[in-house]
Amino acid sequence: MGKVILEVRELTTKYITRFREDVYAVDHVSLKVEEGKSLGIAGESGCGKSTLALSLMGYYFPPLHYMSGDIIIDGKNISGMKPDDIRKSVLGTEIAYIPQAAMNALNPTQKVINFIEDVIRAHDNTASNKYIYEMARVSFEKLGLPADVLQKYPVELSGGMKQRTVIAISAILSPKVLIADEPSSALDVTSQKMVIKMLRNLMEDGIIKSMIFITHELPLLYNVTDDIMVMYAGQIVEKGSAKETVFDPLHPYAKGLMGSIIVPEEGLRNVKLTAIPGVPPNLKKPPSGCRFAERCKFVMPQCRAISVGIREVENGREYRCIIPEDQLREAYKNA
Amino acid sequence: MPKEKKLCLSGKGLTKVFGLGRQKTVAVDHVDFDFYEGEIVSIVGESGSGKTTLAKMLLGLISTTEGEIYFQGAKRDISSQRKKQEYWKDIQAIFQDPFSSYNIFNKIDAVLLDCINMRGGRNLPYAKKVEMMTEACGFVNLKFEELTNKYPFELSGGQMQRLMIARIFLLKPKILLADEPTSMIDACSRATILDYLIQLRDEIGMTLIFITHDIGLAYYVSDSVYIMEHGKIVERGTADEVILHPKETYTQRLINDVPKIYEEWDLSTVTFSNK
Amino acid sequence: MKHTLQQVFRSGKFQLGFVIFTTIILTVIIYPMIITDPPLSIIGQGTFFPPGIYVSTYDAVNSPTTYTLNLRDAAAKRIANRLSKEDRLAMQEWLLADGVPASEIDINDTGKLLALWETKYDPKAKVEGMTFARQRYFQRVNASIQGIMSTEGFTLGVKNPESGVLEETGTINQSDFVNINQVPNVRFLVLGTDNFGRDVLTELISATRVSLMIGFIAGLIATLIGLTLGLLAGYIGGLVDDIIMFVTNLFTVIPSFVLLILISFSIGQEQRGAVTVAIVIGFTSWVWTARAVRAQVVSLRNRDHVNLSKLSGHSIVHIILTDILPYIASYVVMALILQISSGILAEASLSILGLGPKTTEVPTLGLMMNWAMIYQAHVQGSWWAYFPVLLTIALITFSMNLMNTGLDQVFNPALRD
Repeated sequence: MGKVILEVRELTTKYITRFREDVYAVDHVSLKVEEGKSLGIAGESGCGKSTLALSLMGYYFPPLHYMSGDIIIDGKNISGMKPDDIRKSVLGTEIAYIPQAAMNALNPTQKVINFIEDVIRAHDNTASNKYIYEMARVSFEKLGLPADVLQKYPVELSGGMKQRTVIAISAILSPKVLIADEPSSALDVTSQKMVIKMLRNLMEDGIIKSMIFITHELPLLYNVTDDIMVMYAGQIVEKGSAKETVFDPLHPYAKGLMGSIIVPEEGLRNVKLTAIPGVPPNLKKPPSGCRFAERCKFVMPQCRAISVGIREVENGREYRCIIPEDQLREAYKNA
Repeated sequence: MPKEKKLCLSGKGLTKVFGLGRQKTVAVDHVDFDFYEGEIVSIVGESGSGKTTLAKMLLGLISTTEGEIYFQGAKRDISSQRKKQEYWKDIQAIFQDPFSSYNIFNKIDAVLLDCINMRGGRNLPYAKKVEMMTEACGFVNLKFEELTNKYPFELSGGQMQRLMIARIFLLKPKILLADEPTSMIDACSRATILDYLIQLRDEIGMTLIFITHDIGLAYYVSDSVYIMEHGKIVERGTADEVILHPKETYTQRLINDVPKIYEEWDLSTVTFSNK
Repeated sequence: MKHTLQQVFRSGKFQLGFVIFTTIILTVIIYPMIITDPPLSIIGQGTFFPPGIYVSTYDAVNSPTTYTLNLRDAAAKRIANRLSKEDRLAMQEWLLADGVPASEIDINDTGKLLALWETKYDPKAKVEGMTFARQRYFQRVNASIQGIMSTEGFTLGVKNPESGVLEETGTINQSDFVNINQVPNVRFLVLGTDNFGRDVLTELISATRVSLMIGFIAGLIATLIGLTLGLLAGYIGGLVDDIIMFVTNLFTVIPSFVLLILISFSIGQEQRGAVTVAIVIGFTSWVWTARAVRAQVVSLRNRDHVNLSKLSGHSIVHIILTDILPYIASYVVMALILQISSGILAEASLSILGLGPKTTEVPTLGLMMNWAMIYQAHVQGSWWAYFPVLLTIALITFSMNLMNTGLDQVFNPALRD
């Protein structure tokens, strides 16, 4: 077992809406990412995966609020730190976050080098322009981006190039953890593959030590990350290696999700896709029992009565269901 | 699939040019196609390939710059508003974003009643209309009683898209054009939508045209596939031919770059192009 | 719809604006029901009477019952009121010459000053270096002070119509009072009178009503023209769009205020009524509404729900009315509010230049400013003739802009917090 780079214990964060209602979008989430490993987070829209990514930075601004739990990066607990300290000593160096559609959020009046100057000066305001340029040039070339990108404006770059530039900027201070939220979903498949290759290179070259990758595209997640975590209604419902999670899911929701994968491969044309009826619960008033109970085929009365905890099985797999794993596998076989 | 294939919609040299002079862009460039009755066709292309422009031309929402469209053997004529209305009885569409497909000021009843009126049911007794609407909603597993007096935006994305299918159920067109019908909804609801679309095709025997960027989806649903690149159709054929044994390099690259589950997704061959 | 209205009224800015605006409207409606005087009737002979309660002296003297009130400080107040600044300075001068230290003299403390004068002043005393004329002057000052301090009343006399002899009919003592409720003629001029002697408050309220009407007519005309042209240009597009936008751009480059001045001038003073001015303002200020509506419609035109409506076989009119108009309705309402307030301002600006409605029929806020300016109310310090007008214009436009911002916060998701 490698060194644990990121450990999260029972993290809970909430949104406060305009009408003063609490929405617990991340509810007692625990996870560990080891050095050199990547973790994928899957789930449908509104399940809290993007909020989890935002919460992991430890940098909260309204309407998102920190409630409880610990975030430990390489032995250093960052939960409860002041926002200013987080910004100065955590963001960029310990943890870097690439938000969804980041490439379209670049200020169109600034050159790429200006973004890099901003990032570096936030940590070392004595750095000279020349030094920053050299540093940026070396790290861009290492990542397969030509140096002349530095002198360009965002509009001069294609979508794929822009996204790769954003990733290169995020990685410039060699953060220990890189969180990428849907980094490739707006790109065509070829650019997507380049982005993934680049992230892979970052890991292999040791520029980043671990990665959290968020997407709703399961085939992509399967190919990118070592482990996969499935979220449903703010909670983790399944966690395991990519292969086990995709081919042998335990939680009924994960089973449904994996059964809806469509890929252009021989023999998969006439496979019946699974559909999960219903909609996720309203997180303003989550049900007291299992949150998936309303949509679950195997629901039993006690599912609704008790709060269902995480169950750990071999190989460090986890799932959140009251039914034991062999019974679940049996039920799936007969279905 | 019917044994004897009858042409339903076909195009010859279809072209759409936007702008004039130096700003001229050719969105669709001399496209030929033949869609048969009862067939499921996919037009696959990445963003900017001109697939949505082609769809709008097929629907008659924008004019064609060049080329002809033949509908049921005859040249399509949509020169007047009346002729357009006639044409639209036979061709309908489902759009990508269910949240923007509905007029937020109209109730669900109004959406469905509109369809009954369009099929000439304007003078039917109200009870009969309710019966038809209930049947249509029932087809996509929605309860009409619960939907009356509600607005479409009170439903989830999947339910809204199902309501769209209920609408098509009432309209019974000969051709349904589905423009990325599942790209904005969750994976778990996707199977349901696709199932209802295919069932509807079987029920009323319409031609179903998917416009999509998702090769997996195209392979899953269609009988034949058209691949578009920069306004041109680069490859066409049955789903198995095109997806499993692509001939053109563009198609090969496209299919190679899609992440897969059983086959290996090879990252080692990736080279960074810096265009 | 109901939900939107609730949201609108939850916005603090809208609430404040709405309260101010409703108060103005209610005042404009209710006030003329209570005070039925015609707003332009001339009641004062003379210009710019200051605000206050005006009591008929004749009626007060002839009051059937008088009351005797012995108020402790009545005399002091009377004297303080009647002792002029000039007299006080003269007293100070004499006292200083008499050798009283300056620190002991306070000309604002009437009681102390008079006491000092009583003890020190001696008409026979010879102050060194003082001319005889000056001495006589101080004697006159002393006499007038003694007159002020006298405790005797007035004798009332009436001429006998037959003999022409003055006959004594009664006396008024210093401690006589009348009850103001028993005086038949009392007029409270809250804001005094203007240059022609008209009650400023009545005039102001009437002017507010007329200005609001001008604003509404101008705003409605501008919004209607802008909306129609914007909808046509945006939805139909092509040549229609080009022609409409050509005209709109022409109007954009001509400063609308210059156009307004030229049109108003060419209509001529006699033909310019309030409604005419409103129409002229409306016809020169639709440009920005048209441009903004067009921009919104262009972005709506390609939305899926419009495409779907087309596929359902609806006509252009139907689509514009049901699929486009409701989506921009909130924007149009906001534009209307702004147009109304800018219409009111435009009228005021025109009238200040003397190009407003003709001056004899109705007052408008702009005309009141114009009159106050011509008769130099600002130079004379007659603030009541122009300041309340300014305040009213500011309050109307402020409240409308507040409502506009409040609406914007509700309708524009980007501004919601």
